[in-house]
Amino acid sequence: MILTNIDSIPGSTIVQHFGLVQGSTIRAKHFGRDFAAGLKNIVGGELKGYTELLQESRAEATQRMVAQATELGANAIINVRFTTSSVAQGASEILAYGTAVLVQN
Amino acid sequence: MADFLIFGLQLGLPILLIAAGWYVGSQTEKKHYASIKERERRFLHKPALTSKQWDSSMMVRESTMAVGSVVVSIDHFKRFVSVFTMLFGGEIHSYASLIDRARREALLRMKESQPDADSYVNTRLVTSSISNASGRDAIGTVEVLAYATALKFAGPSVASE
Repeated sequence: MILTNIDSIPGSTIVQHFGLVQGSTIRAKHFGRDFAAGLKNIVGGELKGYTELLQESRAEATQRMVAQATELGANAIINVRFTTSSVAQGASEILAYGTAVLVQN
Repeated sequence: MADFLIFGLQLGLPILLIAAGWYVGSQTEKKHYASIKERERRFLHKPALTSKQWDSSMMVRESTMAVGSVVVSIDHFKRFVSVFTMLFGGEIHSYASLIDRARREALLRMKESQPDADSYVNTRLVTSSISNASGRDAIGTVEVLAYATALKFAGPSVASE
């Protein structure tokens, strides 16, 4: 599966469009990490626990999007976008979406 | 005497936290900026482009997504300073440097996720607040995400007619 966030797969021709595919996940921060982050808040800077948490969630969302595209018979997703929105206190939704396509070299 | 102790503790603890925030925070910031500048120099010849076009004289061999993200939070000292700025309005410089660091770090991580790429096109930056409290208790915690399409060139393309 090739992913790009531009309108094409360079070097390949798009032969079929399958429309929008998406994957999302809603994650809550867990207590241990929240506590460590609370301490880290005093001195500021990067909160590594949260960075990892969001990276994992984004990978999960991407994977779900890819699974949806595979089911449709696509071999690439173009115009991939990521969004994050806070749905509740301490929980955020991560969404990945794009257009599933079939490409040929 | 006990009253005095409690008063001292009530006043002393926030001051201690603010002082710790200022000292450790500014040290980390200095170190972080040094690391950012060093790594940016390494990627100087591979800029991240926001446009969707790339060097048309090159043939693309491979294209993949490059993603980099970072979560940062403001320290207690900067938060304390910002409270005063918010009284009078105006630019909050203490927050600006933090977000600047985060953005540059996210961009660098994006490039480092695909270090062999020759070009990064259609770069997008997204900032989202992930504080779990709102209002007075909200400590500025933001996530900065950078993503782009990383291209690897196969070499000069056949001369276009």
